[in-house]
Amino acid sequence: MKIHEYQAKAILARHGVPVPRGEVTSDAAEAGEIAKRLGGAVVVVKAQIHAGGRGKGGGVKLAKSPAQAVQLARNMIGMTLITHQTGPEGRVVGRVLVEEGLQMTRELYLSIVLDRAAGKPVIMASAAGGMDIEEVAEKTPEKIVRVYIEPGVGIVPFEARQLGFGIGLDGAQVNKFVKVVSALYDAYLATDSSLLEINPLVVTAAGDLLALDAKMNFDDNSLYRHADIKELRDLGEEDPLEIEASKFNLNYIHLDGNIGCMVNGAGLAMATMDIIKLAGGEPANFLDVGGGANAEQIRNAFKILMSDKNVKAVLINIFGGILRCDVLAQGVIAAVKELGVPVPIVIRMEGTNVDEGKRLLRESGMQLTTADSMDEAAKKVVELAG
Amino acid sequence: MSILIDKKTRLIVQGLTGREGTFHAKQAAAYGTTVVGGVTPGKGGTSHEGWPIFDTVQDAVKQTGANASVIFVPPPFAADAVMEAADGGLALVVCITEGIPTLDMMRAMTFLKERPATRLVGPNCPGLISPGKAKAGIIPGNICKEGRIGIVSKSGTLTYEAIHQLTRLGMGQSTCIGIGGDPLIGTSHIDALQLFGEDPETDAVIMIGEIGGNAEEDAAAWIKDNFTKPVVGFIAGQTAPPGRRMGHAGAIIAGGKGTAAEKMAALTAAGVKVVQSPADMGAAIKALL
Repeated sequence: MKIHEYQAKAILARHGVPVPRGEVTSDAAEAGEIAKRLGGAVVVVKAQIHAGGRGKGGGVKLAKSPAQAVQLARNMIGMTLITHQTGPEGRVVGRVLVEEGLQMTRELYLSIVLDRAAGKPVIMASAAGGMDIEEVAEKTPEKIVRVYIEPGVGIVPFEARQLGFGIGLDGAQVNKFVKVVSALYDAYLATDSSLLEINPLVVTAAGDLLALDAKMNFDDNSLYRHADIKELRDLGEEDPLEIEASKFNLNYIHLDGNIGCMVNGAGLAMATMDIIKLAGGEPANFLDVGGGANAEQIRNAFKILMSDKNVKAVLINIFGGILRCDVLAQGVIAAVKELGVPVPIVIRMEGTNVDEGKRLLRESGMQLTTADSMDEAAKKVVELAG
Repeated sequence: MSILIDKKTRLIVQGLTGREGTFHAKQAAAYGTTVVGGVTPGKGGTSHEGWPIFDTVQDAVKQTGANASVIFVPPPFAADAVMEAADGGLALVVCITEGIPTLDMMRAMTFLKERPATRLVGPNCPGLISPGKAKAGIIPGNICKEGRIGIVSKSGTLTYEAIHQLTRLGMGQSTCIGIGGDPLIGTSHIDALQLFGEDPETDAVIMIGEIGGNAEEDAAAWIKDNFTKPVVGFIAGQTAPPGRRMGHAGAIIAGGKGTAAEKMAALTAAGVKVVQSPADMGAAIKALL
């Protein structure tokens, strides 16, 4: 799960990471009031969307007066912001964060993620802050300093010092940096974060360290124990069909193609998308109905596929393990009875109770195309989608 | 022969009294697996479907001589169950549970490092089966056939697909292992390949990977230097969009890394026969032998 910058900063501040003073609003006039409360001098107006690259897209601007802050906020709120991370359709800006302007001398990079191979969190720091870290890693990998944290021990001050001196901070700055790193690690553990990134972490003219930007993602598997974080979900940032699917615990990702697919198991669902593409088609979605789906679940999944107006044909590919083919067939029949067959449907099923499932489909008298292999199913559905 | 699980396996089921645990314990027993009991804290001393239930893994091991465990415990308690099984000294621990918080698993993996006698398979996996001998997990026995091809896969139903293709072509399997689609897993592709390499009755291996992380690239490097048996590879997610988690917690292209194209190129360079279509896995093995 992703959250906005202003939400991430609030969480980090609670854990002791210094952040600039600022407030969020969805009302342009209020932006001026915030600017006044911040002292009336220079403020930064920042569009809040779940994507990076906002500065280049025109979503981060300086205002020299409260009146100018109002003007900038008015332009930003409601605008469609397009960055390299949003895709060509962009995102509509709902809120802006208004923050005090800072005199800074350096921009640094600091992040924590899990290193899968090591099975440990890795903290990365770089003197090249404010840039895309992937670009830094590719062009100047020597500028990134890493420490791996022992899960049973946690962050030890010397590790933070290694990072701080490694990116060229002086002694006084390193003392502050150690506090920031340790607060950041606390936040990482306490929130089950899957990515925590401060880019840039700035050194101000006064010698203070502040998180000028903040990005936090969370492990979806852990949200059951973080009711407070769950509340930060912004449905405005999500695809409406994906929101609908999530209500039924369906793993659905909306894509651009015209062949809807319904599959059990994430790996098989990805492989089904792949084979559709190989057969010359374009998948309209990823959809994993899960291993233990029942007839009701299948019906809901079918409804979601059908509400995507681009879908010209549907491929149902089920390998019955726990999910039995007869249950699948019942679900499909119920859904088709309710919704009709607006587009051609190709069904390929295999595994537990496959004969019973095939019999149910045959005897339903419905216009469904069946296939005996993934290959055949993909070819048929691509042909039917036109 | 086979790897990790066979007629000598004495299996306990953690979470046997639950719906999934009960169903799959019965399936495993019906397949010929020696299921010796279950563990459900608070229900020790009772019996369930004819099996004795214990409060702790330690008790279960003492009373039944179990040497393996399969875990069907809900996500909030599953990492705890993994550590208890390892502490009980079981040689094989198979965790089927999907949805375990990553930080819980990180702690469990640290705990397991101190107990090298235990091999964890999973979590978020379908488990494993040695056709004709035994199974621990949820892979349907009826699609398998005893034979000499090994399968190692991150995905459940895609493993079934590979099994089905082989069986249809008349080729049986020595052992099929689903290693799971989470970011942190106990048994890697390399671990499984190493075991298949040492098994005189495995002739070739199908290796199934998916986008995310770099386990497949690591496996490719390892295969190049260490593995002499033929390998067919398939990577799911060739059409997956970047930055989206494709069902499995670990299946995500992050920062442009972990793409199918990179993995396929690495495996091809290591001499693996990589198929583009998931429908071609079985046929490719047949062509190699």
